[in-house]
Amino acid sequence: MSMKMPTPDAAVLSRRAEIVEALRRIVPGEGVIVSEAERRAYESDGLTAYRQLPMIVVLPSRVEQVAAVLRYCKRAGVKVVPRGAGTSLSGGALPLADGVLLGMAKFNRILDIDYENRCVVVQPGVTNLAITQAVEEAGFYYAPDPSSQIACTIGGNVAENSGGVHCLKYGVTTNNILGIEMVLMDGEVIRLGGKHLDAEGYDLLGVMTGSEGLLGVVTEVTVRILPKPTTATALLIGFAATEDAGRCVAAVIAAGIIPGGMEFMDRPAIHAAEAFVKAGYPLEAEALLIVELDGAPAEVEELTGRVEAIARDHHATEIQLSRSEAERVAFWSGRKAAFPAVGRIAPDYYCMDGTIPRARLSDILARMRTLSDRYDLAVANVFHAGDGNLHPLILYDANKPGEIQRAEAFGADILRLCVEMGGVLTGEHGVGVEKRDLMGAMFDESDLAHQQRLKCAFDPDGLLNPGKMFPQLHRCAELGRLHVHAGRLPFPDLPRF
Amino acid sequence: MSRVAPADLGELRDVIGEALTAEEPLELVAGATRRGLGRPLQLPRTLDLSRLTGIRDYQPSELVLTAGAATPLEEIETALAQAGQMLPFEPPDWAGLFDLPPSAARRATLGGVLACNLSGPRRIKAGAARDHFLGFRGVSGRGEVFKAGGKVVKNVTGYDLPKLMAGSYGTLAALEEVTIKVLPRAEAACTVVLYGLDPATGVRRLTRALASPHEVSGAAYLPASLAATPISSLGPYSMAALRLEGPPLSVAFRRERLLAELASDCEAAVLEAEPSAELWRSIRDVAPLSHPVGRVVWRVSVAPSRGAELGEVIARGLDASWYLDWGGGLLWVAVAGAEDGGAAVIRGAIRGPDGQGTGHATLIRGSPALRHVVPVFEPQAPPLAALAARVKLNFDPQRILNPGRMVEGS
Repeated sequence: MSMKMPTPDAAVLSRRAEIVEALRRIVPGEGVIVSEAERRAYESDGLTAYRQLPMIVVLPSRVEQVAAVLRYCKRAGVKVVPRGAGTSLSGGALPLADGVLLGMAKFNRILDIDYENRCVVVQPGVTNLAITQAVEEAGFYYAPDPSSQIACTIGGNVAENSGGVHCLKYGVTTNNILGIEMVLMDGEVIRLGGKHLDAEGYDLLGVMTGSEGLLGVVTEVTVRILPKPTTATALLIGFAATEDAGRCVAAVIAAGIIPGGMEFMDRPAIHAAEAFVKAGYPLEAEALLIVELDGAPAEVEELTGRVEAIARDHHATEIQLSRSEAERVAFWSGRKAAFPAVGRIAPDYYCMDGTIPRARLSDILARMRTLSDRYDLAVANVFHAGDGNLHPLILYDANKPGEIQRAEAFGADILRLCVEMGGVLTGEHGVGVEKRDLMGAMFDESDLAHQQRLKCAFDPDGLLNPGKMFPQLHRCAELGRLHVHAGRLPFPDLPRF
Repeated sequence: MSRVAPADLGELRDVIGEALTAEEPLELVAGATRRGLGRPLQLPRTLDLSRLTGIRDYQPSELVLTAGAATPLEEIETALAQAGQMLPFEPPDWAGLFDLPPSAARRATLGGVLACNLSGPRRIKAGAARDHFLGFRGVSGRGEVFKAGGKVVKNVTGYDLPKLMAGSYGTLAALEEVTIKVLPRAEAACTVVLYGLDPATGVRRLTRALASPHEVSGAAYLPASLAATPISSLGPYSMAALRLEGPPLSVAFRRERLLAELASDCEAAVLEAEPSAELWRSIRDVAPLSHPVGRVVWRVSVAPSRGAELGEVIARGLDASWYLDWGGGLLWVAVAGAEDGGAAVIRGAIRGPDGQGTGHATLIRGSPALRHVVPVFEPQAPPLAALAARVKLNFDPQRILNPGRMVEGS
């Protein structure tokens, strides 16, 4: 796929040896990677269609080193791309040819488990799942659970404001972190929040979360942990018509029920998942909902009954209830493995991530079928139905000429459709490079200029992860001009007191 | 002094443009119920946002509501109640705290609550106002219309500017329209009360309850010294209160479990629906400390495990009353007779003897003179203060919107 990135700066490239030497003074030994073979490991992230060798890779292990690297790069005018585990599906960690790739993998320690305050302080390179594993013996867990949780890091989760299958009830990353330590491009170390709630002043913790590595480099995270629910039951509900499944989702929410998770899979996704993990999914169904209810046993029993009744009202053809923890996990196994499962039925797939109002689920499915015919590419659908977050998987073969371009165009059409239906371009994967050029479908020039002004407050030279999120790079000085049209005043109709 | 009340987005842009041209800053006001909050302002122009009202879109099954920023909270809450839903973050009504007539509460607006990021007892379970702020449209201090966020519950497209607006006290932009996430209202609620526990023991019980799977949605501790305050359920004893909400069977089950797990060595009672609601309204609205009105009131946010000790330390150093919400993490303090309103003692106590303690104290109620000389918001470390000042200048380069409301000179 082709994606225009900022033109590499020849002057920076010509100073590569000098930059390497300076970085080695900050991060000695193997922490600075120069050889092409070793840099190759960092050339792409989870969006593998895009590849670019970074100029240099640096792997610091202490916050002072991060600060010194950023301070040096700012002075030297060198761009920096931060990277966690490299699982981004939007190209958030795609390197730059003239940039330093700042890998945070060595920040991999859990610093403090504080059950009394129900929080854990971790370094950003700790994986999402490792946090839950560290506290589960005491009956706690960390709620956001992106499907990549075994590999993705909490630092990356903060950068992307990651979600997961349980975020309808328990929130996404931004709702589950209390504080961070971060380093600005000028080397200043800043602490936001802590173990207390709602740090006052501007909510910079809120804007850092989901800022895709464009504002600062996170060096420590304090997350909230929650007590595990007493019980959880999952329902598998099959439908002969996708429209019924879509209406059932809206009806559950309208009945005042917020399930722990509510996932949708269409027929191609059901078949791919069942072939892969044998989860017991109904193969004759056109659509499948997995609804999980958690809480006190009496509550789970009551709500399970209500969801069953709603499903029957919406013409469910099959309803299965998990009778054991093992069966509940098995029900989820197909959904959690949906991406690799689809990977087995097509040489390549392209995962999209838009959000729409729930009521439009069946509309967008119908429109996608039309698009699928037009582009002559199959699509399998898994949705976080509870919050309207779609993950259409477009199947293609990169070895067939033109297919990758068709897949990309199909994906862009789906995302434009999401915006047209009142939704947004990305629910949890981020804009990155992938959706950068679609930002205009959702935001006008003034909207984007205001977003970039936030960037100017953090990184006025635009050296941190440039080329992501914004379709056009503006210099901060150029954005700074005020455009007041004095001649437009006064306004005779305006009531004045 | 002039006062202008734009009727729509275009007029709002024009009013701000006009102020920019005249180089005269604006004080933003809608319901004016929280004017006593923040540093006092004396500005030549008032931007009255109160005409930007009305619910514009509300689909209960989407859990999303869009309204004019100055729509009265009362109107929003009525519409939500009719659909069996609610504002999950439980916005407080501080008319009593600010000694306003009860009718003033009816003027409080949704935009005002969001701009101040105010949340009640359910904060610990459901999140703060900022967690439910999905999107907005407004005019920045540059006189330019812009929007951010979205109208769906899950969105990471671009920076999360609604978070930046939440708690910015109108210093970055004037909001014209806001979109929020709402949730179903609980079918049943009750409160388990444990009587007579000392502060440290009381907070440890709250902690145990919050570490249990019983989904506590309110956890407060009121010391015995508050016995004379207007909380009818409070006898001459301290109380540790735990709220449970949900389907009736579930609430009944969890209530028995909490009593069995926490109340074996103390007096306990259960407040049913109405007394339970009354108690949490009082706690939310700072009713126990509202009178006498001459006292200075502080809101202190710290790690929950520090709340009880902090309350006692402050009460030893000052003529002060206090109580705890948020499982010990939110300390309310009323102070009498201290020249600085108690700022030095309270902020010193947060930092602790080793100077390493974290948290913040906000001066919620105090005379304009006091709020002029004592930092209303916790002073920030220099690099953070500098970053915040740069954010302000990027959105409001001429400092035309509520200048000095949060920080002197910014």
